[in-house]
Amino acid sequence: MHESTSTVSLGHREDGWGRELKFDSRLRRARLGLLIGLVGVLMIFISFTSAYIVRQGLPTFDPATNTLVRDWFSVRLPRLLFVNTILLLLSSAAMELARRRTLQDVQSTNDSPNSESRIQWLALTGLLGLSFLVGQWTVWRELASAGFYISTNPSSSFTYLLTGTHGAHLLGGIVALLVAVAAALLRRPIESRAILVDIAGWYWHSMAILWVYILCLLEFAR
Amino acid sequence: MATGEFAGHVPHAHAAPQSFIRKWVFSLDHKVIGLQYFFLALTAVFVGMFLSLLMRIHLVWPGVSLPLIGDIKPETYLSLLTMHGTIMVFFVLTTAPQGGFGNYFLPIQIGAADMAFPVLNMLSFWVTFIAFLVLIAAFFVAGGAPLHGWTGYPPLSALQSAGPGEGLGADLWVISIALFCIGALMSALNFITTTLDMRAKGMSMMRMPLTCWAWFITAILGLLAFGVLLSAGILLLLDRNAGTSFFVPLVTVNGIMAAHKGGSPLLWQHLFWFFGHPEVYIAILPAMGLCSQLVSVFSRKPIFGYKAMVYAMLSIGILGFMVWGHHMFMSGISPYTAFAMSVMTMAIGVPSAIKTFNWIGTLWGGKIRFTPPMLFAIGFVSLFVTGGISGPFLAQPILDIPLHETFFVIAHFHLIMGVASIFGIFAATYYWFPKMFGRMMNERMARLHFWFSFVGTYAIFMPMHYTGMAALLRRYSQYTELTYMHGLAPLNKFITYAAFITIAGQFIFLFNLFWSMKRGEKASDNPWEATTLEWTTATPPPHDNFGGLTPVVYNGPYEYSVPGAPQDYLMQTDAPVKAVGH
Repeated sequence: MHESTSTVSLGHREDGWGRELKFDSRLRRARLGLLIGLVGVLMIFISFTSAYIVRQGLPTFDPATNTLVRDWFSVRLPRLLFVNTILLLLSSAAMELARRRTLQDVQSTNDSPNSESRIQWLALTGLLGLSFLVGQWTVWRELASAGFYISTNPSSSFTYLLTGTHGAHLLGGIVALLVAVAAALLRRPIESRAILVDIAGWYWHSMAILWVYILCLLEFAR
Repeated sequence: MATGEFAGHVPHAHAAPQSFIRKWVFSLDHKVIGLQYFFLALTAVFVGMFLSLLMRIHLVWPGVSLPLIGDIKPETYLSLLTMHGTIMVFFVLTTAPQGGFGNYFLPIQIGAADMAFPVLNMLSFWVTFIAFLVLIAAFFVAGGAPLHGWTGYPPLSALQSAGPGEGLGADLWVISIALFCIGALMSALNFITTTLDMRAKGMSMMRMPLTCWAWFITAILGLLAFGVLLSAGILLLLDRNAGTSFFVPLVTVNGIMAAHKGGSPLLWQHLFWFFGHPEVYIAILPAMGLCSQLVSVFSRKPIFGYKAMVYAMLSIGILGFMVWGHHMFMSGISPYTAFAMSVMTMAIGVPSAIKTFNWIGTLWGGKIRFTPPMLFAIGFVSLFVTGGISGPFLAQPILDIPLHETFFVIAHFHLIMGVASIFGIFAATYYWFPKMFGRMMNERMARLHFWFSFVGTYAIFMPMHYTGMAALLRRYSQYTELTYMHGLAPLNKFITYAAFITIAGQFIFLFNLFWSMKRGEKASDNPWEATTLEWTTATPPPHDNFGGLTPVVYNGPYEYSVPGAPQDYLMQTDAPVKAVGH
C-alpha cells in the first residue's frame, strides 16, 4: 500500500462541500448551472429556427401542375399574442422585484419580516405566467377556428411547434416558482430560498427573452 | 487512505444514506450513480452483442431457423440492425465512458465531494434508464421494433405505414431517443459545472488529469449536440403523429399517396448528423483521456506533451461540429459544401495524429508494465490508428460515394468508434475496478480476455474492408443468392465464426467481473502506484470521497520518474520536490 505524504487541510471549504459553502459560492454555482442548462435549451430553439428557415425556402412538387411550387402560407398572428407578450414581460418585472428583494434579505440577514411580500411578488409572477399560457392556448383555438391546424401548412406547423415548446419551458418555470414559494412557506433557510428565487428569476427572464425572439421570428420572417 | 492532518468531519452536501432504496436505488451519491450507469451499459452491451450475432448468423445462413426466434425475415434483420446500432451508440458508447466512469471518478479526480447537482445527477440516470426500457419495449409491441436504422432517416422513419415496426415500435424508438437526450443534457450540465466550479485548491485546469479534460470536453459536445437531436426527434414525432411535413415530401407508400408534402428528408439528415458526428467524439474522447492516463501510469513517464493533448482534444471537439456533411455526400449536397466538409474532416487527422504521436512518445523509453489496463490502452491506440486510417479515404466524396453503402464503412466506424471506445471501457474497468470494489480483477482471465478481444476484433473487421471494396452492400439482409457475391461467402463465414469466438471471449470478462467482486485479491489503496487523487483516498472511497478531508493539490497528474523523489512518482497532493542538480 502506498503511504502518501499528502498535505490535507480543511481550509478550503468553498470547493465541493455542499452545505458548508458560502452563500456567494452556492449562488455562483447555481447560476453557472443555469447558464449551462440554458445553452442546451438554446440549441433546441436554434435547431427549430434553422429548420424554420430551411423549410420556408423549400419548393415542393405539385402533382396537379407537375411543377415545383412554394407551399408556405404566412400565418397572420392573432393580436392576442401581443397582449400575451405584455403579460409575460410584466411577469418578468414582478419576478425581478421578488428576486432583488430576496437577495437584499440575504445581505441584510433579514429572515422573515417581509417574506410575505416576496411570496406575493412570486405569486403575481406565476399568475401572469399562467395568464400568458392561457392566452397562448386561446391563440391556438383562434388559429384552429381560422382553419390553421398544426398540419395545415408548414408555417402553421412551426407556429404551433415554437409556441408549444416555449409554453412547455415556461411551465417548467412555473414549477420552479411553486418550489420557491413552497420553500418560503416551509421556512427553509433564507440562503436556500434566495438561490431558488434567483435561479427561477433568471430562468423566467430567459423565457421572456426567448418569447420575444420567437414572436419576432413568427412576425417578421413569415 | 491518505495520510495527513484530520481536523474533523466536514458535512457532505447530502447525508450518507441509510436505507437500501436511498443507498442503491435512488441514490444521490455520484459513485453509486456511476455504477448504475456502468451496469446499465453492461446489460445493454450484451443485448446489443446478441443482436449482432443474430445478424451475422442470418447473413451467412439465411435459411436457418433459430430456436425461440424462428426465421429471421428481411424486416426482422432490419429491426435487429436498428436496435443493435441504437443500443450500442446511445446506451453503451455514450453511457459507460461518460455516465459510468465519468460520474464515478470526475469528482474524486478533481477533489470534490460530489457532482455539483446530485439530485439532477440521479434524475439523469433514471431518465436514461427509462429511455432504455422504452427502447426495449419496442421489441414487444405490435409490429415489433423499427427498421429504419439507428440514423432514423425519413421518410421511412416518419410514416407509420412504411413497414412493420414503423408503427408503435418506431414511436417508442423516437421517445426513447428524446428521453435519452434529456438525460444526457442534464448530465452534461452537471459535468461542466462540476469541472468549472468544484476543483480542489491547487487543482488548476492545467493540473487536471487528461481523463477530466476528456469528460469536460465530452460534456460540452453533449450539451451542444443532444439539444439538436432532441429537437429533430420532436419534429419527427410530430410528422409521425400530428400530420406535419417537416421531413416528409410528397410520397406514396404501397401505391397510396401519404398525407404529407413538401418536407425535406435532408433536413433530418442535417440535424441528425450535426448531432451524429460529435457523437463519435462523445464516444471516443473519454477513451482518449483514459488511455493517455494509462500510457503514462504504466510507462512510468510523464505524458508526452500534456498541453498538446489538451489542445488536440479541444480541436477535435471543435472540428467535430464542422464536418457533419461528410455523412451526406450521397445525398446530393452541393459539391462546394462537400469540399468544405471534406477538408475539415481531413483536418481532424492533425490533432488525432498529435495524440497518437504523443502516446507513442510516452511509451518510448518507458519502463512499461504490461498490466491488463495497459494492454487494453495499447489495444485502443492500435484500433484508433487502424480505424482512423480509413477515415481520410471516406472523407473524400469521390471515394466515399462508391464505398458509402458497403461494409467498408461498417468496418471503419466499428473500429474507430465502436471497438476502440469499448477497449477504453475495458481499460477503465480493469484500471478502476480495485478502487470501485476493493479487489483486483483476476489477471490471467483479463489477459485471456484481451487476446480474445484484440485478435477477434481484427479478425471480424479487417476482412470487412475487403468485402466492402468488393461491393458487399450493408443493410441488405440477404446476398447469398447473388452470384457475383459467391466468392465472398468463405470470408463472410470467417467473419461470423470470428464474431462467435470474440463474443464468447466477452463471457470471460463477465465472469471475471463478478467473480473478482467476491473472490478477487484484496486491493491496496494505490495498487498501480498512480498519482491522481482517487488513489489518495480509501478503497472503496467513503461517501464523501475523502473521509471529511479536502485535498490540496501541488503537482500535475503525471509526475513519474521524478528526480529526487523518494519513489518514482509524486502524488498530486505530495509536497513538490526540488529537482536534483538545480
